This record gives sequence, structure tokens and C-alpha cells, in this order.
Amino acid sequence: MAWELDTDRPIYAQLVERIQMQIVSGYYPPGGKLPSVRELAATAAVNPNTMQKAFVELERGGLIVTQRTNGRNVTEDEELIRRVKEGMAREHMETFFCRMKELGYTGEEIRALIDNEPVRNNS
Amino acid sequence: MNELVEIVGLTKAYDAKHVAVNNITLTLPKGKIIGLLGPNGSGKTTLIKMLNGLLTPTQGSIMINGRYVGVESKAHVAYLPDRTYLSGGQKIREILDFFVDFYADFSRDKAEEMLRSLNIDPETKLKTLSKGNKEKVQLILVMSRNAELYVLDEPIAGVDPAARDYILRTIINNYNPDATVIISTHLIGDIEQVLDEVIFMRYGHLVLYTSVDNIREQHGKSVDAYFREVFAC
Repeated sequence: MAWELDTDRPIYAQLVERIQMQIVSGYYPPGGKLPSVRELAATAAVNPNTMQKAFVELERGGLIVTQRTNGRNVTEDEELIRRVKEGMAREHMETFFCRMKELGYTGEEIRALIDNEPVRNNS
Repeated sequence: MNELVEIVGLTKAYDAKHVAVNNITLTLPKGKIIGLLGPNGSGKTTLIKMLNGLLTPTQGSIMINGRYVGVESKAHVAYLPDRTYLSGGQKIREILDFFVDFYADFSRDKAEEMLRSLNIDPETKLKTLSKGNKEKVQLILVMSRNAELYVLDEPIAGVDPAARDYILRTIINNYNPDATVIISTHLIGDIEQVLDEVIFMRYGHLVLYTSVDNIREQHGKSVDAYFREVFAC
């Protein structure tokens, strides 16, 4: 299945987010092997150079490490993965609070709503 | 050396009033998938035919990997025309024979493997295939060459979404860092995530040559939306 991508934002940035998500969610576990640029580009149905650019960006952030002979792996630094995950969670929270405030809710009311929301199980 | 195609001052005038390509200067690197975009009559097919040596420029020049366009360059340029030149009465096997004879860089194994993956029997005649399969077979023939430059004129026009996906994936899977693929199309939205760069043409002029992500970054919209804005009448 080709990846669903927004049409109004740079493609490489969306690939970075998508792979980041797959790493923090454990789809690609710490230390696990990643598909090659070519394979992943074919899966996502995107340009291989754009995928390469996304990998370079993820390498710069440390989430991906290149083994000289063995392709690319997810970092084994679980602390780093946790920090990235928290950063992403914080962004979601900010968006959420922003939207709720647009709807006219106060901080207190939002908290009350969250407390009353049953925890969903997505497994 | 990373330049593959060097176009300098290229002009094609059919007569004094009809200048199809007007003084284009453009350098294209290796290893890119490039969209050639423009409204009808903007000069895309004329430019493509000059890249293939099927039309002679009125002025200016094209070099492909250091050679002027001519007999030698044709051996390294794989071209998918907008209309087929193959005869429908031929069996696919006969067309493969023809390609083996004609192009030193044609890999019969590669073509046969791609045909197998589509369950297309080489003993069928081209004319008995559906439109989508006809397009796929022609793309397979072109992509089975080990060329330096692939020029695909409207490869996804008139095919269903599944065939279009197959065509785009075939282009991605055959990506070669030493070769460049030029794809001309009107269906920008369907194809833009496969492209590195885009060339916009209008009235024979080069309007823009930039990367897909540059357009998205600078204008906050897809190449498709930006194209509609630039070419709005």
C-alpha cells in the first residue's frame, strides 16, 4: 500500500515523521534492521531520492544508524527513542489543547473531559 | 560529472509563426526522476522528440552524457512515445526479439520477468491486450533497457488507477542512480510523489525548473495546485 501523504507539505518531511512514528511505536524495534531505501521507497510509492533524504535526516537526529556493511538499523539508544516519543506526544497535546480552546473549553473543563473519557484499547 | 543532459539555446520553429520550443537552456543531472509539465501545446512533445533525435533543432544544441544527439545518443536513450509505433498484430515474443536485435542494452530476462509478474503470456498479440496492459507492456520494454536517459511521454494517460500504480512502481523499482527519467504528463497529482524535480513549460518557454519539495516548502501547496495557479487562464 502506498503511504497516504498530504499534498501541501514537503514529502521528505512527511516520510521523516512517518518513519519516526514507526520507530517510537516499536514497529521497528530498538536495534532492529530497517528496509533499504529502495525497498521502502517502493512500498511508500515515493521517489527513492526523497526517501534517501528522509533517512539522512533521521540519521542526523540519531534515530537511525548506518552500519558500514549491514545497511541501516534503528538506534539502540532507548532513551533517545523515548525523548523523541515524548516530543511527538507533546506536539499532539498542543494541537489538542489548541483545538479544544477554539471550541471554547477552559483548561479545567478539558481536564474534566479527559478524566471522564474511558481509556480506549486499540490493540 | 553529474550532468546528464545539457540543453543550450534550444529552439524549434516549424515556421516563422509556430515556434514550438523557444530558446531553452537547461541542465539536468543524473539519478533524477523529473516531471515535464505544461498545458497542451506548450512544447513538451517537441522537446522530447529533439531529445530523441526525431526532430532537428532550428537552433541550439542538446548533449546527452557528453554526446550530441544523434545515432550514438539514441543507443542510450529509451523512449516511450505518446502513441505506439508497435504493430498490434505482433506477438509480444516477436516484439522482444525485435528489441533484442535493435538495442544492445535491452535485457530480455528483465522484460520476461516483469511480464511473468503480470501474468502476461508472451505468445499473446499486442492488440488483444487491454489498454492498461498495452501501456504496461510498452513501459516494460522501455524500462528493460539499461539506458542513460528514459523519456516517457504521457505514460499514465488513460489507464485505470491500478495500472497507474503499477506503472509508477515500475519506474521507482527501476531507479538507477546513474540514469535520469523524464516523464511528461498532465496528471500531476497522480505522479508528483514519484518526482524529484519538475520542469514547467508554457508557449515553448521554460517557466520553472525546481524540486517538488521546494514548491511545497515555498508555496505550501502541491505541485498540482501550484501548476493550476501558474497556468490559470
